[in-house]
Amino acid sequence: MEIKKTLEGEKLTVAISGRLDTTTAPELEEALKESMDGISELVIDFTETEYISSAGLRVLLSAQKTMNKQGSMIVTGVNDVIMEIFEVTGFVDILDIQ
Amino acid sequence: MCAVSETTRENSITLEATVRNLPLIMAFLGERMDAWDCPLRKRMAIELAVEEVYVNIANYAYAPGSGEMTMRVELETADAARTIVVTFIDQGIPYDPLAREDPDVTLPTGKRRIGGLGIFLVKQQTDDVAYEYRDGSNVLTLKKYL
Repeated sequence: MEIKKTLEGEKLTVAISGRLDTTTAPELEEALKESMDGISELVIDFTETEYISSAGLRVLLSAQKTMNKQGSMIVTGVNDVIMEIFEVTGFVDILDIQ
Repeated sequence: MCAVSETTRENSITLEATVRNLPLIMAFLGERMDAWDCPLRKRMAIELAVEEVYVNIANYAYAPGSGEMTMRVELETADAARTIVVTFIDQGIPYDPLAREDPDVTLPTGKRRIGGLGIFLVKQQTDDVAYEYRDGSNVLTLKKYL
């Protein structure tokens, strides 16, 4: 997995490429933790994300909870396979997927 | 139980059940699925189910110690139907993950808890999941029709 962060003012875009699984999710958690201070708009770009497991969902839920307190979060570029995971877990209702 | 030897023979792999070894489990599974020309979507579903079950074993079966687990990956064929069967065997504390109540996936963000989501996904992404405690071992079997 690779993480690319782009900061424009209070807007942070985090693009994830590869697999968001048990071994890589902690890296994303760490990357978000160190960059979310003062962010009012968080964009998680899934265009290059191939796979997600519950460990990745846990990080997304945690980020959503943080952003609910300080601004908004959107998730973009979700492929069909990952969308199905968001659907069966009800994440389609708690994430703003565009 | 602290053996670390990795033995691979035919359809099974035995290794120390740790999260660090997840890539070895996924690589073994990937090789089997390559050999069977498994369609991409089904493949992702099987990978997800295997990751969730394996990580559960790695985190809880022998906690706070460690121990070995075996994963067997087989292809069953009957007439034109093909089914991938993955079996996980460990000698950790007896635990039926299927007995746990499914999480409420309709709750709003603030009330959401992530616990139990892994096994819920296993049930969602496979066609059959079965657990039994047999001869001192936890045996969990996943089936996915190809």
